Amino acid sequence: MTPADKKRVLREMLFARRFEERCYEAYVERKIGGFLHLYPGQEACAQGVMEAARPGHDYVITGYRDHIHAIKCGADPKAVMAELYGKETGSSKGRGGSMHIFDVEHHFMGGYALVGGPFPLAAGIAKALKMKGSDAISICFLGDAANNQGTFHESLNMAKVWNLPVLYVCENNLYGIGTRIDRSTAVVDQYKRVSGYDIPAVQVDGQDVEVVYQAAKIAVDHVRSGKGPYFLELMTYRYRGHSMSDSNAYRAKDEERMWSKRDPIIMLRDRLVEAGEISLDDYKAMDAGILHQIEGEIIKFAEESPEPSVNELEKYVLADNDPYVRGGAR
Amino acid sequence: MAAIMYWEALQRAQDEEMARDPLVIVMGEDVGVAGGTYKATKGLYDKYGAERVIDTPISENGFTGLAIGASFIGVRPVIEIMSVNFAWLAMDQIFNSAAKVRYMSGGQLTAPVVIRSPGGTAHQLGAQHSARMEKVFMGIAGLRVVTPSTPKQAYGMLKAAIRCNDPVFINEHELMYNMKGEVPDGDYFHPLEGSEVARPGRDVTLFGYNISVHWCLEAAEFLATHHGIDCEVVDLFTLSPLDRAGIKASVSKTHRAVIAEEAEAPVGVGSEVIAIINEECFFELDAAPLRVSARNVPIPYNHKLEKAAIPSAKDIVHAVLKMFGK
Repeated sequence: MTPADKKRVLREMLFARRFEERCYEAYVERKIGGFLHLYPGQEACAQGVMEAARPGHDYVITGYRDHIHAIKCGADPKAVMAELYGKETGSSKGRGGSMHIFDVEHHFMGGYALVGGPFPLAAGIAKALKMKGSDAISICFLGDAANNQGTFHESLNMAKVWNLPVLYVCENNLYGIGTRIDRSTAVVDQYKRVSGYDIPAVQVDGQDVEVVYQAAKIAVDHVRSGKGPYFLELMTYRYRGHSMSDSNAYRAKDEERMWSKRDPIIMLRDRLVEAGEISLDDYKAMDAGILHQIEGEIIKFAEESPEPSVNELEKYVLADNDPYVRGGAR
Repeated sequence: MAAIMYWEALQRAQDEEMARDPLVIVMGEDVGVAGGTYKATKGLYDKYGAERVIDTPISENGFTGLAIGASFIGVRPVIEIMSVNFAWLAMDQIFNSAAKVRYMSGGQLTAPVVIRSPGGTAHQLGAQHSARMEKVFMGIAGLRVVTPSTPKQAYGMLKAAIRCNDPVFINEHELMYNMKGEVPDGDYFHPLEGSEVARPGRDVTLFGYNISVHWCLEAAEFLATHHGIDCEVVDLFTLSPLDRAGIKASVSKTHRAVIAEEAEAPVGVGSEVIAIINEECFFELDAAPLRVSARNVPIPYNHKLEKAAIPSAKDIVHAVLKMFGK
């Protein structure tokens, strides 16, 4: 990454942080309903991987902690926020909500709320890409706890057997909802679990975006060159509870303090300040600009957008007027 | 028109659609080299190769999810689930991904997969290979459910389902693959919505689907010959959405209804059809509608017990005679 790239990356990660923090406020204000799973602490994961991938060209799929992954693919943050507000202008027209952001135009294939559900879907997207001779790859971001689902094993097996162009990114934040990984999972290092499928798997620091980027570059190149699936484990930490309904009482304060010292944004900021690329004042101005953008454009758009019409409740259940439903085009 | 077997009709439909569109693929356990447990994919592996006729590991949820993911970007997968009992394992992907993705993406994505699977009670297969699951699938918004009763329907519905932009579940039956029937020689697409009158009649409507259509026809013959009762048989080839207009039209004509289903009565096709009759044409009725259903037990192994658990043409005859006070 060039210094200019790093500055952009810093801004984008800070944007992701502020965006999610603003979601938190909107949730507390009851502007956002349902479940809300926030990303602060994990920003370097999506950012670093998507720096190495081709956003908008490669296909990305993930779980319910999906706002930032969508934005990294190119989704308009205004549409993402409007979706959280349940508006017709939302990325899923207010039908999806926080856990189901979609932006197919930018090849963001969605957020899914069944833990482990996207594993086989990602393999299927890879299968289709392979059949079509595309140079795009399929990237699946999920948490460590998803690896305790059968779909993890079934999908790794199929991806290897059929040599599919899929990159599985495991954001290991050490907790499955409120249960610490060593209390639920026999093998804590997730990359080791992949060895049973003869797929290359590595574990790196998920808090250092440059480390993530370097590891992801190797991973993406491997998959894109037709060598088959790859598994990348990123060691990370989420600052908030699993979702907004989680009191987060199960974590030791010492542990939280330790991880807060490895904040992905602060680490990169300090590195850039030390290298003389930016000043702390530059950073503050950057932050102010982001907050202004979020308030003045993004929240404003979500607030002012219309809700979906109840008359269209049943729209999108099935295809409109599919000729084959009536027995073929007549 | 040539008379071919049900499995041949399915095979021909898949062969033609695969020849037409290189993005049509077939996947499932033993569909490739082995040619399919019921021969529905016979010869396709040799013709189209391992990339398109895919022998899957025994991972129903995994390979169904994989097919759904492939369908998001243009591939048209036909999934064979060897026995509908195993579809429970794939239910997460069918229910949570295929059926919901169009809605929860605001119409951006669709999962045009076809899932074929035989259900029903065959011969002493025991409790875990004899389920009838159509009642489960027909309650899922976003999923089409059809159940062909003849080779012609099997052929035409599979072809239509492959081209349809919605996910379609095709409920087949283990005892019907060798049934013979006429199938049009050229391309034929059977509607995926509606019902059809398999035998016109005046006195009572017998509603059936899949194998129970044949029980209804047998019962109708018997009742006409021995009791002078003229039954209309309506084939509910679509279970979701059920054909409200067709149900109403027939009951408004005969004023009586018996529904024959191979599955257990609770939460089934029978209860749905009776609800529709209540909603659409209650005042047309001359008698309370009846349903002829399986007993509510896991299907036993013993052949006598198995037979006693599942309804037959004789049970339909009894129901009709009871309705007529005979």
